[in-house]
Amino acid sequence: MNYEAGYYDVIVVGAGHAGCEAALACARKDKSTLLLTLHLDALAMLPCNPSIGGTGKGHLVREIDALGGEMGKNIDKTYIQNKMLNTAKGAAVHSLRAQADKHKYHTEMKKVIETTPNLFLKQQQAVSLIVDDGVVGGVVTQTGAVYRSKAVIICSGTYLKGKIIIGDSSYESGPGGIMPANYLSEDLKKHGFDIIRLKTGTPARVNRRSVDFSKLEAQYGDENPTPFSFENEEIEKRNYPCYLGYTNAKTHEVIRANLHRSPLYSGMIEGVGPRYCPSIEDKVVRFADKEKHQLFVEPEGLDTDELYIQGMSSSLPEDVQLAFMKTIAGFENVEIMRSAYAIEYDAIDPTQLKLSLETRLVKGLFTAGQINGTSGYEEAAAQGIVAGINASAYIDGVEPLILDRSTSYIGVLIDDIVTKGTKEPYRIMTSRVEYRLFLRQDNADRRLTHLGYKYGLVSKERYESVLRKEEEINNQIERFKTVKIAPTQRVNEIITAKGTTAISGTMSLYDLLKRPQLDYESLREFDPMADEVDEKIIALVQTEIKYEDYIKKQHAQIDKFRQMESKLLPEDIDYDNVANLRLEARDKLKKQRPHNLGQASRISGVSPSDLSALVVYLSKSQRGEE
Amino acid sequence: MLYYKDTIAAISTPAGYGGISIIRLSGEDAFGVVDKIFVKPGKKSFLEQGANTIRYGHIIDENGEVLDEVLVSKMPAPHTFTTEDVAEINCHGGIVAVRRVLELVCRSGARLAQPGEFTKRAFLNGRIDLSQAEAISDVITAKTNLAQSAAMGQLSGVLSAKIDEIKQKILTLISNIEVTIQYPEYDVEDVTDEELLSSLREIKDDVAKILKTYKQGEILREGLKVAICGKPNVGKSMLLNALLNEEKAIVTDIAGTTRDIVDEYISLSGLPVRIIDTAGIREAGDIVEKIGIDRSLKAANEADLVLFLCDSSKPLTEEDEKILELLQGKNVIYILNKTDLGIDESVKERFRDNVNLEVSALTKKNIESLEELIISQVLTNNEDVMSNAVVTSVRHKGLLDDAMRSITQALEAVEGGFEIDLVQVDINDCWSSLGSITGECVSEDIIDEIFANFCLGK
Repeated sequence: MNYEAGYYDVIVVGAGHAGCEAALACARKDKSTLLLTLHLDALAMLPCNPSIGGTGKGHLVREIDALGGEMGKNIDKTYIQNKMLNTAKGAAVHSLRAQADKHKYHTEMKKVIETTPNLFLKQQQAVSLIVDDGVVGGVVTQTGAVYRSKAVIICSGTYLKGKIIIGDSSYESGPGGIMPANYLSEDLKKHGFDIIRLKTGTPARVNRRSVDFSKLEAQYGDENPTPFSFENEEIEKRNYPCYLGYTNAKTHEVIRANLHRSPLYSGMIEGVGPRYCPSIEDKVVRFADKEKHQLFVEPEGLDTDELYIQGMSSSLPEDVQLAFMKTIAGFENVEIMRSAYAIEYDAIDPTQLKLSLETRLVKGLFTAGQINGTSGYEEAAAQGIVAGINASAYIDGVEPLILDRSTSYIGVLIDDIVTKGTKEPYRIMTSRVEYRLFLRQDNADRRLTHLGYKYGLVSKERYESVLRKEEEINNQIERFKTVKIAPTQRVNEIITAKGTTAISGTMSLYDLLKRPQLDYESLREFDPMADEVDEKIIALVQTEIKYEDYIKKQHAQIDKFRQMESKLLPEDIDYDNVANLRLEARDKLKKQRPHNLGQASRISGVSPSDLSALVVYLSKSQRGEE
Repeated sequence: MLYYKDTIAAISTPAGYGGISIIRLSGEDAFGVVDKIFVKPGKKSFLEQGANTIRYGHIIDENGEVLDEVLVSKMPAPHTFTTEDVAEINCHGGIVAVRRVLELVCRSGARLAQPGEFTKRAFLNGRIDLSQAEAISDVITAKTNLAQSAAMGQLSGVLSAKIDEIKQKILTLISNIEVTIQYPEYDVEDVTDEELLSSLREIKDDVAKILKTYKQGEILREGLKVAICGKPNVGKSMLLNALLNEEKAIVTDIAGTTRDIVDEYISLSGLPVRIIDTAGIREAGDIVEKIGIDRSLKAANEADLVLFLCDSSKPLTEEDEKILELLQGKNVIYILNKTDLGIDESVKERFRDNVNLEVSALTKKNIESLEELIISQVLTNNEDVMSNAVVTSVRHKGLLDDAMRSITQALEAVEGGFEIDLVQVDINDCWSSLGSITGECVSEDIIDEIFANFCLGK
């Protein structure tokens, strides 16, 4: 028996990383928000690796933070090791990563959710949507509760018809043994959504007491951790080690001997797995020459003995898993606490979305996270905050937040999946990003805080402090141009020792810093204001100066790119009336209804002549209206 | 394909015929581009030239070389065909000169217009009536599609295979770098500066090699250079006239304003043939018999093909033999002229083993056969060129230049100690420049550029 259970502005289905950001974004924008989860203890769960960030992903977390999201703050509270990656390379590819205390991550996020005004957290399984005349009106739960709302955001993760596979056994399940959601994807199909089936996996967890750490190499993070959140000036120092180990010939032998028992090779798994997450059996088969593979032993938290074994994901049977693990040095007596598994789940074809993450089929319905074919906590959270902001914008009747590829990693992520779709769980990669030099993790606040402020998630004080920071950076750059350094013996000794050529005339600090070999530290004594500068600002100033010429070039490219992105295609455009479109392009455009010409140009099958036809059509219809 | 408001240029007169060719420029920087390359008598620069006026002057390239004598008109926005600033350069120097001027224009800040692009701009800027919209859209899309297939066709299999090979090398390099960025903690070796340098140098050499073929492609672009050599009074000028008369399609003549040699163009089966030092020939043949061996030799050295001419009615003289000696190792067709006066058997015997032809320039006997022979000689000696294993397109050349510049910058960046993320920007740029040639474009802008090669004006 169904019953009326209440009315909210927004209902968020699923309380993983996407759902939490989405719900917080709505509630903080004064929307009464209902957050539904299959299990309250699974809120903000980290069912795979115990870490947040990493290359590319670290950028996403910084951007989420700049928009006013929670992920950065939550990992800052709960990290146990923090490291800036790629510091040997340039600033554009520096990426922050932290090991998380999983349980603490969950409880801290739950605390935030529970104490946020306007936000109501309930353990309920949504089984169907209420849709009236193409407009969403709420959800119905398994127990018959009818929740009504103006907008719904589905963040179902890997729960939709989740199926866990370990060797030749398989069972219906969400991640980590939480119950699956078996009804919602059928309901989505009824509303016209194309459902795709994806696969991902996770390695085994082993007991700390069963590992001989003397045979593994300890790996620590940074002594002085960089906070993820721009709002945290400093964070408490924690630096617990992870460990590095290796497989060997024997490991590979055991795996090879048991390949026939892998569901991947027997064809039992139909979902498409990600290329960048190969199982250990995959690695052994595809890179047969490699004598050893790395594995990283990462603690799941400080209050548990569970250890996550990165690099060893597998869907081989349990007995095989144990057998090959025991061949690894340090793991001779290993005890597996949770087996590695593969998981299959339903997702929607993301080309059915708008760039705002609203579905084109049902008004007011948004989706975010793994349901959109992505992989990763950070990717999910990034979509979550955008979907949350845009659900509010939808209710308020204001323009949605659309981040284009030149603004952010989030923009690249959303544009990629919405425009091109995906066949495997999608992961952000720094190489997918065209304007990488500009989209750095160190300037995410300067790129995006104004948008967080505009959409009501960032306070005026925070926004103004970013403006001040920007001003301070510019002031310092200008000042560096005026600091003249004479070609004294001392100067030339210092700079030649750094591997660059001596100077013969006076040069500005600014010009000297352009030399890749030199940094502020080495020239500090020549800056009369050295005692008064803010070290954090100086680091940013250096990057700006060193990258300036390249960034100028990139900005010229961005300007050109934006000319295309700014030509909007009306939502009601009738592609059948556009003369000279080729058939393939007409079909694709009708199906995907791109937001602007730039997005249209990235749809496969849309050629330059089709774009030309569109431009002519647009210009014609605009003039027709005048 | 879209409208960037940048400056476009194209030859707006039909290709190949007529003494005057007009290069039209349209866009915000049209006057700026012309100002860089146009030098005219008087103090005022082109920028100061009055609206809707036409001025005489010269087009001068970066090295100060005069490319052509021209008239340039200036038509400021908005009362122009495109409603943008429009400049027109009237070139007098024939197809070679006009192409050189166009190349210079494109180096100076304009880009080649796409087919129908002037018209499209006129339309988008409201210059053309709404009722014409559909028709114009038809034209533009049809031309674009045609241009697309033509653009592909223009690239030979051999050349695109070579470019793909380089692209693959770059891709390998990029992925080797990317993997270390993406997975910093895995035991993947960082690409060392030495490896990077050696890869980049190899890629640079590869690109340079391909660029070199543009020079070889001159035969297709600028015509086959043919020299007519022979001692005085063997009928050189008459042969020249016979060839010129036979081929009504005289493309043009480049008057001796910019160089001291007068050349004539003929078109043989579509292949432009440039007969060099015709001035010398005329001078020698018609006026005073003073042209010595030196001058013949100079022409022969420049030529892709030499037509050696002798009077076959008489035995060869010492002077003939001396010229023959100097022509050794060159691509020569031996022409036995004056057969209307009978043939001396010793002459026939002399050229028995060579490519030879008996003609009479006077009666035009065998002139047609001579043309065929020239073509077949070119085909056998320039197989590469004829099979299009060379860069012929101005646009491809431009993109290869871009690739070269990027790769050079990448090299400088590595040598200068710059971080890999900066170096990679240049490597990526190089890659996408090459990608623009073979059509596997990564972004709309790049595909867009492909169409720029087909500048048919409006």
